[in-house]
Amino acid sequence: MSQKQPATKEIPQKAGKKIVNDFCMTFSTINGSGSATANSILLRSLFRMGIPVNGKNIFPSNIQGLPTWYSIRLSKKGYLARVEKDDIVVAMNPATIASEMQFMVTGAVLFYADDIKIEGVREDIITYPMPVRKLIKEADVPPNLRDYVANMVYVGIVAHMIGMDMDTVYKTLDYNFKGNKKAVDSNWKIIEAAAKWASENLVKSDPYNVEKMPELKDYIMVDGNTASALGSIYGGLQFTAWYPITPASSLAESAIEYLPQLRNDPETGKATYAVVQAEDELAAIGMAIGAGWAGLRSMTSTSGPGISLMSEYLGLAYFTEVPVVVWNVQRVGPSTGLPTRTAQGDLTQAAFLSHGDTQFVILLPGCASECFEFGWKAFDIAERLQTPVMILTDLDLGMNTHMVKTFKYPNKPMDRGKVLWEEDIQKLVDEGKIWGRYADVDGDGIPYRTLPGNRNTRAAYFARGTGHDEMTRYSEDPAVWEHGMDRLKKKISSHKELYPRPEIQKMDGAKFGIIAYGSTGTAIDEARDLLAARDIPTDYLRVRSIPFNDEVCDFLHAYDRTYVVEMNRDGQMRQLLAMDYSDCGSRMVSVAHTDGMPLSAEWIVNSILKLEEK
Amino acid sequence: MATQTQVNLAGLTRNEYKGSASTLCQGCGHNSISNQIVAALYELNIVPENVVKFSGIGCSSKSPAYFLNRSFGFNGLHGRMSSLATGGMFGDVTLKAVGVSGDGDTASIGMGGFKHMVRRNVPIVYIVENNGVYGLTKGQFSATAEKGLELKHRGRNAFGPVDICMEALASNATFVARTFAGDPKQVKEILKAAFSHNGIAVIDIISPCVTFHNKEDSFHSYTWGKANESPLHDISYVAPRDEIFIEDYEEGTTQEVTLHDGATVVLKKLEKEYDPCNIYEAFRAIEEAEQNHWLLTGIFYIEPGVPTLFDSYNLVEKPLNRLTEAELRPSKESLDKLTKHFKL
Repeated sequence: MSQKQPATKEIPQKAGKKIVNDFCMTFSTINGSGSATANSILLRSLFRMGIPVNGKNIFPSNIQGLPTWYSIRLSKKGYLARVEKDDIVVAMNPATIASEMQFMVTGAVLFYADDIKIEGVREDIITYPMPVRKLIKEADVPPNLRDYVANMVYVGIVAHMIGMDMDTVYKTLDYNFKGNKKAVDSNWKIIEAAAKWASENLVKSDPYNVEKMPELKDYIMVDGNTASALGSIYGGLQFTAWYPITPASSLAESAIEYLPQLRNDPETGKATYAVVQAEDELAAIGMAIGAGWAGLRSMTSTSGPGISLMSEYLGLAYFTEVPVVVWNVQRVGPSTGLPTRTAQGDLTQAAFLSHGDTQFVILLPGCASECFEFGWKAFDIAERLQTPVMILTDLDLGMNTHMVKTFKYPNKPMDRGKVLWEEDIQKLVDEGKIWGRYADVDGDGIPYRTLPGNRNTRAAYFARGTGHDEMTRYSEDPAVWEHGMDRLKKKISSHKELYPRPEIQKMDGAKFGIIAYGSTGTAIDEARDLLAARDIPTDYLRVRSIPFNDEVCDFLHAYDRTYVVEMNRDGQMRQLLAMDYSDCGSRMVSVAHTDGMPLSAEWIVNSILKLEEK
Repeated sequence: MATQTQVNLAGLTRNEYKGSASTLCQGCGHNSISNQIVAALYELNIVPENVVKFSGIGCSSKSPAYFLNRSFGFNGLHGRMSSLATGGMFGDVTLKAVGVSGDGDTASIGMGGFKHMVRRNVPIVYIVENNGVYGLTKGQFSATAEKGLELKHRGRNAFGPVDICMEALASNATFVARTFAGDPKQVKEILKAAFSHNGIAVIDIISPCVTFHNKEDSFHSYTWGKANESPLHDISYVAPRDEIFIEDYEEGTTQEVTLHDGATVVLKKLEKEYDPCNIYEAFRAIEEAEQNHWLLTGIFYIEPGVPTLFDSYNLVEKPLNRLTEAELRPSKESLDKLTKHFKL
């Protein structure tokens, strides 16, 4: 047995002071090398140990060969936002090691594949070499699989060094490969050998440790796109047409994965839904709108470039009053932009989409559980109002695995809206009434619709994107046009009770308000605690839908200043708020930033403090 | 006033197949086609409530308002009829669909969607009312206008035409025909055959624009068409229940093709032999006509029995748009099971 080698140096200030369940590790690999499995096993094992944890994949728009990073943040207090510096870096990619060293805290730990020649190692960090090649060679893995299992070396070494429960790691591995014994065995052999090598050869001289915590009973680990797809399925999704695009593809792919097990007729095995991969986004939204018109719970999922293409069609759906749900998993624009990075840059696009006077209901889920909830609720809103509903998530929320509250089963029956079938039309006829597709008989702005296949001889109507009267006849009459457009406005603006209300959190003696939305919520929660620790209590409103609810108005009026925090350049939420609440314009301060990375609490705190000094 | 009104086997009068009054120009080929759609569906005894109509934008796309008032219809976006219809038909796949598009709508702005709809074999009667010109925007060249054509204020067309039948065939269409609005009998027979076809039936109908493009010597005009139309065959549609009497014809002069619903098209040979089930012949015939500037009409190609888009989905019997919450919302237990899965 070889002599244990101590880490390269002792870092006096940290020695002896254990840091438990509160640090961030980044794994630097080359994409296409199978690191996703290794990272996922670590992430899920930590979650199984009861430790609040979040994983963020920072990946290139490329299939193989470019650098990719995966950051796992553990936080016993439950802070799950991105942090800007790493406590532990695991370097498998020689090309990026120098830049990774710049983003390590003092006293940080660097694990590196020992065939990487590192130059200029920082004096204030601890290094552990990992004999990746040697361990792989000894493990007798077929040469074609070596690259794929190489990442299991760091799983074994890191798991051992931070004190993970190896039993849990094994169980997670077994679950990951769905019990495929060959895959489990070949990977476990490496993990075990690597952990053994570490125990015999490395002396722990760093403070980072994990310890089991009570089971995270009410939580699950899931990515937002899966949650969105499942929410839609539990909302009765019947039709989706989609076109592949990062970062939205996995939403439709999750629907394809789960629909057969959840929605095939138990007796006949036949499907109650259809999924079409369209030829482009124009066709995807066209098919979705066609299906929505025909009475199906219909949706499409895409990202910014796709929404740009869908713009004309969504105007048609707004004007002809067709329910459809559109998911925008936002990435960084304009143009192709940064397809694999996150942003909240499509908010004003959603608000002003398509030519002419339009208005779209916009839902802004803040976490994967809310993606599920809004997934089913969106169909109720779309069908009740007969209008498109846009749901904006983003790459961070959609593609990364998050620890979130368990999904709640829908607590309301489906609302299919005002639909007339054969007997309903007959009843109207019997009562001597005339049915008109766009007639506001209830005075709530919402007309009644019929669906193709309704065999009543008076059920049919001719939907058109051109000017039409209440009976759907073509019309260029000025009064008819204006009346129709006013009704559309009324329809959307007078049913705010249907839209998710904002979430408000208060602190005693709040100095100012903060408004945010979507995936930045985790960073805001942490930032508010950091500010409170500096004696700056804050109140916080998380917008969950547009048109804005009156509570948003009240909130804005309650503070001298409100910081509107978001992940775009122009402060798009602030722009929209200022339009609706122009009297509060001077009280709203934009805290906006976009570089493709999720916001960190540190950035939010520093930005607000700087503005407070002014 | 009691007059004896004739009804078809569905018990409906011809009037019950009509639409609103046309607002197209008097003499427009499209009006003649609308009339033949009415006639064909009346004679086929198809109840209007069992038909759904789609269109894009343009003069042609207005026309679904002018037939079948009792059918649902959606006049959507320019060039996007294909996607609207593909999705719209999923609502109730028992409905028969008819789409009316134009040469600009299909062969320019909507070319991509058109070809993909063909490729998916969506069961729809896809009519292109082809006049070689943009009518509603007042007379610009369309992509089907012949090379060298001169139009008022537009000069000379520098490019060769897109052949809609060729594009359809190249995308594996299962029914491809060309006809001429000035030959209403053939239009009707082809329409009837198309409605009996289970798959996409692309019908390129040369439909003159009397206002912007009706020069005596141009391919898309009445005068030229009437003088030069050369039918591949004489087409008779025979409904499933009717016996076929072919004793009038000499042996070897006719070919019968049995369609999906048991109907038959009887194609009587004219000058040359033509087998509409042979795709090579179809390509050759279309290309030959194009090279020689012939207005060749008839059914270029039929391939019955190819699975449609909906055949590739194992859908429940009940129309999807009649499913209820009990059939659409998975159980609470299923969610509990998933929750367990996401904990691991």
